[in-house]
Amino acid sequence: MNAPESETSEAAVERAVHRSTPHDSAVLHVTGRAVYIDDMVEPTGTLHLAPGFCPDMARGRIRDIDLSRVRQAPGVVAVLTAADIPGRNDWSTSIGGDPIIAENEVEFWGEVLFCVVAETRDAARRATRLALFEGEAEPPVLTAEEAKAKGLRVLDDYGYGRGDVARSFASAQRRFDGVIRNGGQEHFYLEGQVALAIPGETGDMHVYSSTQHPSEVQHCVAHMLGVPNAMVTVEVRRMGGGFGGKESQASQWACLAALGARVTGRPCKLRLDRDDDMVMTGKRHDMTTAFSVAYDSSGKILAADIDFMARCGYSADLSGGVNDRTLFHADNAYFYPNVALKSERLKTNTVTNTAFRGFGGPQGILAAERIMDTLAIVTGIDPLEIRKRNFYGPGRDVTPYGQKVEDNILPELIADLERSCDYAKRRQECRAFNSKNRILRKGIALTPIKFGIAFTLTHLNQAGALVHVYADGSVHLNHGGTEMGQGLNTKVAQVAADAFGLPLERVRITATNTSKVPNTSATAASSGSDLNGMAALAACNEIKERMVAHLVSTTNAAPESVVFADGRVSHTGGSLSFADLAKSCYEGRVQLSAAGFYSTPKIHWDRQKAEGRPFLYFAYGAACAEVTIDTMTGEMKVDRVDILHDCGRSLNPAIDIGQIEGAFVQGMGWLTTEELVWDDKGRLATHAPSTYKIPTASDVPAIFNTRLWDGDNREETIHSSKAVGEPPLMLACSVFSAIFDAVASLKPGVVPPLDAPATPESIMRAVAFMRRSEA
Amino acid sequence: MRDSIRIVRRGRIVEIDDIKPTETLLDYLRLRERATGTKEGCNEGDCGACTVVIGEWQDGRVAYRPVNSCIQFLGAMDGKEIVTVEDIAWPDGRLHPVQQAIVDAHGAQCGFCTPGIVMSLFALYHQEGREGPPPRDEIVTALAGNLCRCTGYRPIVDAALAAMAEPPADRFVEAMPQTAGLLQFLADGQDVFIGSNSAFFAAPASLSALAQLVMKYPEATLLAGGTDVGLRVTKGLRPISQVIHVGRVAALRQIEDVGDALILGAGVTYEDAASAFADLDPDLGELIRRLGSRQVRAVGTIGGNIANGSPIGDMPPALIALGATLELAHGEDGRALPLEDYFIAYGKQDRQPGEFVAGLLVPKLMSNQVFRAYKITKRFDEDISAVMGAFRFTIDDGVITEARIAFGGMAATPKRALSAEARLVGAQPGRAASWGAAIEALGEDYAPISDMRASAAYRMETAKALLAKALVECAGAPTSRTRVIGRREAPEAEVA
Repeated sequence: MNAPESETSEAAVERAVHRSTPHDSAVLHVTGRAVYIDDMVEPTGTLHLAPGFCPDMARGRIRDIDLSRVRQAPGVVAVLTAADIPGRNDWSTSIGGDPIIAENEVEFWGEVLFCVVAETRDAARRATRLALFEGEAEPPVLTAEEAKAKGLRVLDDYGYGRGDVARSFASAQRRFDGVIRNGGQEHFYLEGQVALAIPGETGDMHVYSSTQHPSEVQHCVAHMLGVPNAMVTVEVRRMGGGFGGKESQASQWACLAALGARVTGRPCKLRLDRDDDMVMTGKRHDMTTAFSVAYDSSGKILAADIDFMARCGYSADLSGGVNDRTLFHADNAYFYPNVALKSERLKTNTVTNTAFRGFGGPQGILAAERIMDTLAIVTGIDPLEIRKRNFYGPGRDVTPYGQKVEDNILPELIADLERSCDYAKRRQECRAFNSKNRILRKGIALTPIKFGIAFTLTHLNQAGALVHVYADGSVHLNHGGTEMGQGLNTKVAQVAADAFGLPLERVRITATNTSKVPNTSATAASSGSDLNGMAALAACNEIKERMVAHLVSTTNAAPESVVFADGRVSHTGGSLSFADLAKSCYEGRVQLSAAGFYSTPKIHWDRQKAEGRPFLYFAYGAACAEVTIDTMTGEMKVDRVDILHDCGRSLNPAIDIGQIEGAFVQGMGWLTTEELVWDDKGRLATHAPSTYKIPTASDVPAIFNTRLWDGDNREETIHSSKAVGEPPLMLACSVFSAIFDAVASLKPGVVPPLDAPATPESIMRAVAFMRRSEA
Repeated sequence: MRDSIRIVRRGRIVEIDDIKPTETLLDYLRLRERATGTKEGCNEGDCGACTVVIGEWQDGRVAYRPVNSCIQFLGAMDGKEIVTVEDIAWPDGRLHPVQQAIVDAHGAQCGFCTPGIVMSLFALYHQEGREGPPPRDEIVTALAGNLCRCTGYRPIVDAALAAMAEPPADRFVEAMPQTAGLLQFLADGQDVFIGSNSAFFAAPASLSALAQLVMKYPEATLLAGGTDVGLRVTKGLRPISQVIHVGRVAALRQIEDVGDALILGAGVTYEDAASAFADLDPDLGELIRRLGSRQVRAVGTIGGNIANGSPIGDMPPALIALGATLELAHGEDGRALPLEDYFIAYGKQDRQPGEFVAGLLVPKLMSNQVFRAYKITKRFDEDISAVMGAFRFTIDDGVITEARIAFGGMAATPKRALSAEARLVGAQPGRAASWGAAIEALGEDYAPISDMRASAAYRMETAKALLAKALVECAGAPTSRTRVIGRREAPEAEVA
């Protein structure tokens, strides 16, 4: 290949990558012209769907549903039940067990039992409340502890380790045990779940779905209809947020819309009301984590035994991968010489928990950080110093799952942040404040993250792209990734523009569509630009190769001399515009379209043996947070946050900083204000933003400094960048540790039993414990 | 009598006569106009994605305020200008300063909350008297009702600061004379009645017309700001067929300062009452700042918050502690009662058929009185109280001679703590030992419940802590040592 790919030779040229280009839809966003699925012009005759469920049953058997009043309600055209489904009644993407419409077994409050199709959305919603149910409710199993006691699991336990943990504990002089509980988290994408299905001729179905995983929606709809995948096309231009909540969980609503379209022969739209969305779709896994740690006199861990009990809800969904990733991150940045890790995937009568930014990683990292904070208290050593002593390093560089940590930059990165945020001085100031204040207490914490990048199910690490160059030199770009606000389309367009040496506006970004790029993976695992950027680059390079060959055959250009830059193609024999070359290629009957493909190299993972290299590389970062708490009420304010995060050689620094800040605040919400509450009948009590509180503008500290670490990815990734979607969410552990630090100041030597989310009530429980304890 | 409503849209008067009693403004925009820039996020006035701006002719100017269109009824828009995200760029495509600043600051990611954020900032851009950028605190307060799940808000706040560096200069400033003319033309003083006796939307223009309608249709739903009634429709799906909107009755929107008291009409919005209340006591000002969001305060009324009888409304405990009197009207007649007596039980108030809440008398503090109010929530802004405590102590020579204490979230209604009040008489704020019994007496006054906001135990412990905190502050502790937010001293006076 003679097209220039060297990163250095072109350094002087204004490139499309490594630039803070605005989001491609920014102007559309601010003017209200960006089209989301509910904004699309509806085809004439479009009907609207609303799902119905039994309002007073979280577990039990339905003997009879009387839908006669529903059918007679004004505007109702049809009422869908399980009997209407021609194919497979399951939207599960893993081992099955997720009915699209349940027949008679209710496994959680909110399980769909029928679906109304009506002339208007309002009519459909009103009709759902007219159903009458007969059946026997059973007491629901709601907590992980209860499920464990009853032996209820959605998947088998899994775990692995290294060394002789039992002997380490037996011989160690110093050890501690602890438990930390974390709550779940509602995605609260601002655009709720929505799908529009348009029936075609001969049983085809075109589905617009707000999904991170169009291919899976396609497969689910096809199986539900009992038709081959090729009969179903799924398209998504953009989502109003995803965060993992539209990975597997978008399929059910798309299936229902498609079923309505099949039954009525008319276009059907289903947009969930916010409360239904929060009740019916899965969330982040809440976990109870128990740990035992043995350590030496210097505060270094000798052995760690960690057991994660996850509430998975009524079915497996993505719980296998999520909980595996918890184990992959139970070490965070720390070396456990001897280690035993265990994960229990417990079945409860709650909605099926699912992917959420971090995908199980946050729970693992939270436990690792609690271990560090505990270690600091029992040794009396500063928490940051304790963390540094336990970092991976030379001779201590193999993870519990056997992957060697080859790219560790944490020592330098932490040192940089420690200086820039003035950690040592501010810790002294917090101490001084606390010595003078009885009611208010300050805390500070600087915590690292190390996050593994790749799907841990190895075959998912593939991507495709489709690139056309038209005869006027404009470029049509399509790839298998989806745009949910993270700027993926912008980044991939930057890659394509850079490859062709074109200004960004010559590259037309188009909606993700299963008929353009097939068999795609979900846009998930932070992998969007890593995978699709490489696939797009492969397609561009293939076209460039043909263009260069054409140029060489029609001029005297030396192949090595051809350079694509600034909208022109230059070579030893002269130069011409990219558009002129495209036209010349067309006239020379050269194919100007290519499908690119990429599969991540090096990675492999043997789950049975628990060995291999599940990740291509790690993303690193650190954050320092300072908080003040009120020990009379438990109220808490974040005073300042400093972040230093590693995106490799950033494709787009502004977009990456947006990902970092946004993920941090989302993680902070998970650990502070966002609390999911189920009542004793298994009903979700916090099913709307009036009761479920994600951070708002005033929760973000006025001092909020974010910097990018300056350095290339050592692995060969798209222009040496690193994935950024998920890792920074876990930087918010710094806020949680700072709250822990503030509570701990009440009684030196005592470990506060602070659980997440650290609501005022949770903080007061820990404060009350401290006040009762003997130092 | 008119049988239509008239609004100003994009510089023109639009007359609508086929409205359903509970049709929302959002449905009108999205389904009828197909102006789909305005989004539905939660359909209950909490996320702000549906924020639009309403323009009203008020005090000789066009006042722009953000509202949640998802819970505003279309009928209540009579006489107002409606501005949506599609309307604010220049006709030649140049972006509004707020829009341009958000693009420049990378303040939109998924973009779904963005139209609402643009409109909240558009209202702030047109804030009366604004010359340059408001302080950061005011910006985040203006954004409290706009949830964004992507950005973490920092770039949005930066965009707001950048957009407001200069005084207002947009197409709305240019069009102000025409807009003012249209809005004044629409203020025709006519009663509006659309529909039939069994299903109607009515918007009387005078107090007497309102009183007659309420007597004629005692089962009708009284609509003020709509921030509560709206939810009965969008979430409760209740079949409400008769709606009487009180918002056009000018007499209900008066605030009168009579020296030792404030007299407020029931239709006074939180926003209109904010400065008078903040002058009464800074804690009252902070309480209103944290109540709902700017979108809620722009239309929500003090009277509505009382009339709906919520056990967790924020204003009633504060007003009860202040000794407020409620005025109810019935035709030409009226009666007054202590506010606490209005709340009989959960969902039950002392309001007879044909009666409506007309106004409120709020005594100001005397020089020997101290007031404190605290609101405990999971999130500081735009959240409903787990516990809300309000206290007024009368202190002579360092001794409490009278105490009025009221809590929200502690009982089925906003309720006074009569036992604790009695035991505080004679106590000295500076001597904790003298008020220990009063704190414990709260256990006799209340038996709170556990729900999604807090457990019963936390509520009781916190109620006690809040009374103690109020007393510690009365004894002289600076709030820089007792509070993480809502401090009463200027920042520079804070004690390290």
